[in-house]
Order: sequence, then structure tokens, then C-alpha cells
Amino acid sequence: MISSAAITNKLDVYAIRRQFPVLNREVKGKPLVYFDNAATSQKPQVVIDALVNYYSGFNANIHRGIHTLAEEATAAFEATRDSVKQFINAAAREEIIFTRGTTESINLVAYTWGRQNIKAGDEIIISTMEHHSNIVPWQILCEEKNAVLKVIPINEDGELLMEEYEKLLSPATKLVSVVHVSNALGTVNPVKQIIDLAHKAGATVMVDGAQSSVHLDIDVQKMDADFFAFSSHKLYGPTGVGVLYGKKQLLESMPPFQGGGEMIKEVSFEKTVYADLPYKFEAGTPNIGDTIVLKTAIDFVNATGKAKIRAHENELLAYATGLLQQIPGLQIIGRAKEKVSLISFVIDNIHSQDIGILLDNRGIAVRTGHHCAQPLMQRCGITGTTRASFAVYNTKEEIDEMITGLHKVIKMLA
Amino acid sequence: MENSRTIEAIENEIVEDFKLLDSFDEDQKYEYIIDLGKKLAPLEDVFKTPENIIKGCQSTVWLASDFIDGKVYFKADSNSVITKGLISMLIQVLSGHTPDEIIAARLEFINKIGMHSHLAQTRSNGLLAMVKQMKHYALAYKIKNEAKV
Repeated sequence: MISSAAITNKLDVYAIRRQFPVLNREVKGKPLVYFDNAATSQKPQVVIDALVNYYSGFNANIHRGIHTLAEEATAAFEATRDSVKQFINAAAREEIIFTRGTTESINLVAYTWGRQNIKAGDEIIISTMEHHSNIVPWQILCEEKNAVLKVIPINEDGELLMEEYEKLLSPATKLVSVVHVSNALGTVNPVKQIIDLAHKAGATVMVDGAQSSVHLDIDVQKMDADFFAFSSHKLYGPTGVGVLYGKKQLLESMPPFQGGGEMIKEVSFEKTVYADLPYKFEAGTPNIGDTIVLKTAIDFVNATGKAKIRAHENELLAYATGLLQQIPGLQIIGRAKEKVSLISFVIDNIHSQDIGILLDNRGIAVRTGHHCAQPLMQRCGITGTTRASFAVYNTKEEIDEMITGLHKVIKMLA
Repeated sequence: MENSRTIEAIENEIVEDFKLLDSFDEDQKYEYIIDLGKKLAPLEDVFKTPENIIKGCQSTVWLASDFIDGKVYFKADSNSVITKGLISMLIQVLSGHTPDEIIAARLEFINKIGMHSHLAQTRSNGLLAMVKQMKHYALAYKIKNEAKV
């Protein structure tokens, strides 16, 4: 017999779906099946309403206005900072810096902490499964400073080779920057272990949480990350807002990223005194509206319950994996033991782009290509994959649609 | 093969062919294009050089050209069969014509058969780059030829 607790602990996906207006639309005459959540998630009505409320109710530039609208906008903006602090369990609100997204957060660290601390001969460790945005900023830095970029290899299942990582660590290691969850494979990396080992070697650690923050419980203090970055738009929030978390003493020691308004205390032509944290890193008018609404998105996730969401997504992952494995010639890329709800696959003799075009024709949105992880694709000996990534509002029926679609597509292309 | 029909006449023929397909079944259109892609002779390896690659974000297109008796001839291939089918139509339309005809071609058939989305930037499948490259070749042969005269 099912207890009432078991029932209430299960996510009511159909009630959730009603909160996402875009899911009502059709694509090519078929109901939309949206499986491109790892690229960006859809937005619930509360998020859309909150944006409208801000612009129709209290739009104003923040922080120095003394009028009511400016006060209201500032309060809402800073409320998001508190909400993010709780969301990732940061020790202090000053440790939360708003950026345009994960990419900008990583670049901020590369251009400030990196330029200040990386010297010729120093080593930076990343992994094979990094997104280009956690490769290129470090490459630029290494080139500028004559430093060395080292790469943690992976095994056939798409898991980091931790013993190889340990061998890479040395007194020359100044920074380890790794992805928490791979956007192309779904692998969840053991960041706590990675961080502990790096700290023992005296290195600082940056974690790219673009994919993890929506699926996993994030506790930056427990993780002991020095820097942690994520984006709002993959978290049911608006585009154009990201977060950089940094330990206070690190952020305090770093030079500013950009100069301008907001980030100063006092400016004369002789000297500028920078503002305190977090404003030192938030030059210019920020993306006020979208930042305010990030709080609404976090509230949505918290109210729904991350554990519930995760249980639902894991069920979808297991269901889809089981069905995909039965398709002849289909190979799943990324079979890590710890995965989020994201499946990459290739099919013998069929280009992923063709699969993407023909699935779109059936109203099914997947992502195809190299997923901005070309070095990873090279390691896997492929040029790209088809990726289906699931979110809180996806259903088994939708997965059935994709599987039916794939059978048809394979027949057309074979 | 020299093309005695005008570019526009060939375009119209393709549009007529597509009209025979069920307009409510998008799959039929793609089945037709996939079929063209499968039928297009694969490009000999000697032509699959880095210089002949037109790189889209996802699929790769190889395009080779030749200039014989005042006419431009194209050969191409792709690792995506849908792209290959689209290429096959472009070759059918443009190959064997004079540089001036190719440069002036408006290629409205792509729009008329509902395949314009493949020319959009978002598709990044190299088709748009391919059309540009075909026209560049035509222009290059034209300049080269006029310099000779």
C-alpha cells in the first residue's frame, strides 16, 4: 500500500507543466517536446510575471537613488543576493557577485585573480570535459603569463581519472578549474575530493556550476570551493544573469574586473578608491530586472523542492537510458555512475545534425553538435552527439515521443 | 555536363517536384532531400582537401569547382545526408552555367520549397556558406577569364 507521504513526496509533473506557458505551444504542427534544458530551461509563469511586475511597477536604477522606486528596486536586487547566498550556502552576502553568466564569472576570475596570481611556469589544471568557457579564458591567461595548462584525462565511461589528477598536482599547480557536471556527458564530478586534493597541494579551485546548480544541492562551504559560478537561465530564471561566488578573503585581495560606476567609493583624476565587496566587481548599471527575477526562479525551485525535482529527473534519465539502449546502432556517450538527467548519444552512420533536423520536424527540441566541448569530442573520437536533457516539467510520454521519432528518423536516414 | 536550360527553369522544375509532395507531411520533403543526398556521387578523396572544406558549425561540406569552356562545374559532398541533399539541388541548379548566370542566380527555389530555414544562421550547417562559396568561385573564374581576354 502506498502511504500518503509517498504520494505527496512525488512531483506532480502535470501541475508543474501548467506553470510553463511555452509548453502549450506547437512546433511544426506537433506539441512541443523540449529536451534542450541543458542549454537553457523554460520559464514558469511566476518568473515571466515577475519581470513584467518589475518593469511595470518599480523599474529604477539601483543603489544611489533616494526616491521610492530606486529604493524598491535596490531592495529587490539585494534580496536576490541574499537568496543566492542561501541557495549555495555562502558564508556572507558579499561573496555573491552578479555577472552576465557563468562565462563572464570564469573570465572575471581569469582576468583578476589570474592576472594577479599566475606567473611564468605556474600550472593550471582543467579537465577533458570542460566547456569552452572553462578552457579559453585559461588558455588566454597561460599564453599571456607563460603558464602551463594541464588536463585531467577521463575513462571510457566519461569519468575523471582521479589518480591521474593526483599525479598532475604539484607545487607548481596554482589553480584547478573544473566543471561540476559535464554539459555534454552528464557526469557529476567528485568536486569535494578534487578541491581537497588541490588545497593540499596549495592550489586555488574554481568550480563551473552551470549544469550542476539546477540539479544538485550546492553548498559552497561544505564543498570548500574558492570560486563557484553558475547562470540564472539554466535554473528556470531569466537570461543574462550569472553568479560568481568567491571566498571573501580572495575577492578582497583581487583587483577589480571592470572600471566604471557602481564599483567606486571615490574618484578623482589622481586616484580612485574602489567600493567594498561585492560592488567592486559590479561596474556599471547591472542587469537589474533579470537579477531581481532570479530570486523568483530560486523561490520556484525551492518551493518545488530540489530533492523532488531530482527524483523526477532521475526517473526520466533511467527510463530514457533504458529505451535508447534498445535502439540498434545507438551508443550512449557518457556512462558515468553519477549522472544528471542528460543523455548524449551517437547513431552509426548518421550525422547528429540530421537527427536534430528530423526530430525538430516532429516538434522535439534536442541539441546536436559538439556542445562547445570540442576537446572532449576529440577524446571520444566523434565530432558531435545528439543530446536530450530533461527538466522538472518533462514526462515519460515525451520520452516515448522521442523514441518513436528516433525509430522513424533512423528508418529515413539509413 | 553542360546545362542547356536556364537556372530559373531548373529551379522551377524543383519547385514543381516539391508540389507533388504532401504539403502536410514535412517528412516527405525530407525523404525527398535525403534521397537526393544518397544519390549524389560521393566526392573522390583527392577533392576532400582542407582547402575545399566549407565549415559549418555542425556538418562539414566539401566543395570543388572547375571552369571549362566558359562554364563553371561544381562537385560537393557532406557528412550530413540532409545537407548533401540540399547541395545536390544547388549543384543541379548552378553547375554548368556561366559565371555571370551563377552570380545573378537568386535561388528563390530554396524559399519556395520551404527550406529557407537551412539558410538561416542558426542552422550553421554550411549551406549559406556553400552558396556564397559557389558564387565566389564564379566571380573568381569571371575575373580570371576577363584578365586573359
